[in-house]
Amino acid sequence: MIVRTSVPALEVVDLTKAFGGLVVTQSISLAVRPGERRLIIGPNGAGKTTLFNQISGDMRPNSGQVKLFGTDVTQFAPCKRAHFGLSRTYQIITLFTGDTLEHNITLGLLGLLPSRWQMWRPLSHYGDLATEARRTLDAVGLLHLARHPVSDLAYGEKRRVELAMALAQKPRVLLLDEPLAGLSNTERSTVKSLIASIPRETTVIMIEHDMDTALDLAETVTLLNYGRVIVDGDREAVIADQRTREVYLGI
Amino acid sequence: MKWIAAVALGALLVSLPSFAGDFYINLASQILIAAIFALSLNLLVGYGGMTSLGHASYLGVAAYLSALLTSRYGWGHGPAAMVSIAGTTAMAACFGIIALRATGLGFLMITLALSQVLWGLAYRMSDVTNGDNGIAGLTRPTPFGISLESAGAFYWFALIAAVLAFLMMTIFVSSAFGSSLKGVRDQPRRMAALGFNPWMIRWITFVYAGFWGGVSGLLYVYYNKYIHPTSLSTTSSAEALLGVIAGGSGTPGGPVVGAALVLLLKNYASAYVERWNMLLGLVFLFIVLVMPAGISPGLSKLTAALRGKSR
Repeated sequence: MIVRTSVPALEVVDLTKAFGGLVVTQSISLAVRPGERRLIIGPNGAGKTTLFNQISGDMRPNSGQVKLFGTDVTQFAPCKRAHFGLSRTYQIITLFTGDTLEHNITLGLLGLLPSRWQMWRPLSHYGDLATEARRTLDAVGLLHLARHPVSDLAYGEKRRVELAMALAQKPRVLLLDEPLAGLSNTERSTVKSLIASIPRETTVIMIEHDMDTALDLAETVTLLNYGRVIVDGDREAVIADQRTREVYLGI
Repeated sequence: MKWIAAVALGALLVSLPSFAGDFYINLASQILIAAIFALSLNLLVGYGGMTSLGHASYLGVAAYLSALLTSRYGWGHGPAAMVSIAGTTAMAACFGIIALRATGLGFLMITLALSQVLWGLAYRMSDVTNGDNGIAGLTRPTPFGISLESAGAFYWFALIAAVLAFLMMTIFVSSAFGSSLKGVRDQPRRMAALGFNPWMIRWITFVYAGFWGGVSGLLYVYYNKYIHPTSLSTTSSAEALLGVIAGGSGTPGGPVVGAALVLLLKNYASAYVERWNMLLGLVFLFIVLVMPAGISPGLSKLTAALRGKSR
């Protein structure tokens, strides 16, 4: 069991979401400590992404609560949650393909600044934002492509931009939806070390199918199946659990 | 090269009344008014991804307000202009709340329906709007005591307004807010996750476009000294939309080119070809087939290709 030393960074209470008769998440409850690395696993259709969508606000739950640092944000629009320190990446790459990498990251930075409402000054005059964007791109090893449009990039590089956009916001809680999906072995280890280098001020919750890589990054694991939490706890305990083997590893 | 072209174009625009006849000066004034209208629609269609088929509402309502206030209630042009613009902008604020409940086709249908309501009112409320007869016998304002009765004077007046409108709207789309607008057009969900409020961004743009639509309506009624319900009709909205798409939506200069094209065909070609609508259709078909992104992007693509070859 997790020892609660402080208010959880993210707490989900009895979250239920149904599409018609199909219940996708069924009273899911979990708590993630500040700075924790949590891995969420489960077979296809277990409700992992639907859980993320409810945490980020893209979907409203039928019942239950989402709390960020003790504040109930269940009724907050996605943009308001972002200002609360929540950031996410998408399983299906969601970038501004016609724009340069620098512009993509700049938008990420701009989203949290009051100057996003500025209507008089051209965005190109914000030198400090561009510098910060380039620094973030450097951190993910894409600085040399800063002036290229996203559409020029290879798939693996796009995944890194996806990550960089979220990291630029210095989130307090970061949701990563399959950050390793579709990557080659080399790219996998690059992204893996990137995730490992995320500072501890950021709580990371990750959905990932690649157990070999993802388990190394996680401290705690939650196993979902049919929209329910099956096992929840420290990595070793969850791996060793008989139910994990039954559901996920198929043994 | 770009600078020389811009200076030459500026000189040509300013000096036009000194060498052109009244017919062409008036045509140019009408193009400038249509250009402001098309530019304001482009904010929605091109930069916001909100295809409106009711933008004539703002042109028409501003024109009707100004006509009613000056002719029926005897207001001066100054206060009448301010109240017309303020009223039109307020109307855009209300219409935006209704229309932005939907996006895409739903948005288009709501804007169309709202503009049809206004068109119907202008037609049927004949005790106020004079119905199908329209309101005639209007006057032009005299800013700082300068008469705008001559074709040249009005042209310069319209040119100042058009340049101001072009600059203000170009700055708007290149600003931080304009970048968010384009972001919301391309990836609304991502923008929300990044902390932007997509609805508010769309609504502010909708109101701003309504404001400039109102400005073009004022110039429209000043130019014609007459207003008729057709200015509120769907045809009027559709012509502007056609101009924006033909010229190149989402580009700063495209709508100006498109508006000029539609107006030239309408006013100039109609003198020689009876079925000018057919001609407009054919031209539009040609543009869609040859330059699907519009004339302005199509031409820059062409010049870039030619330059690449000459090297």
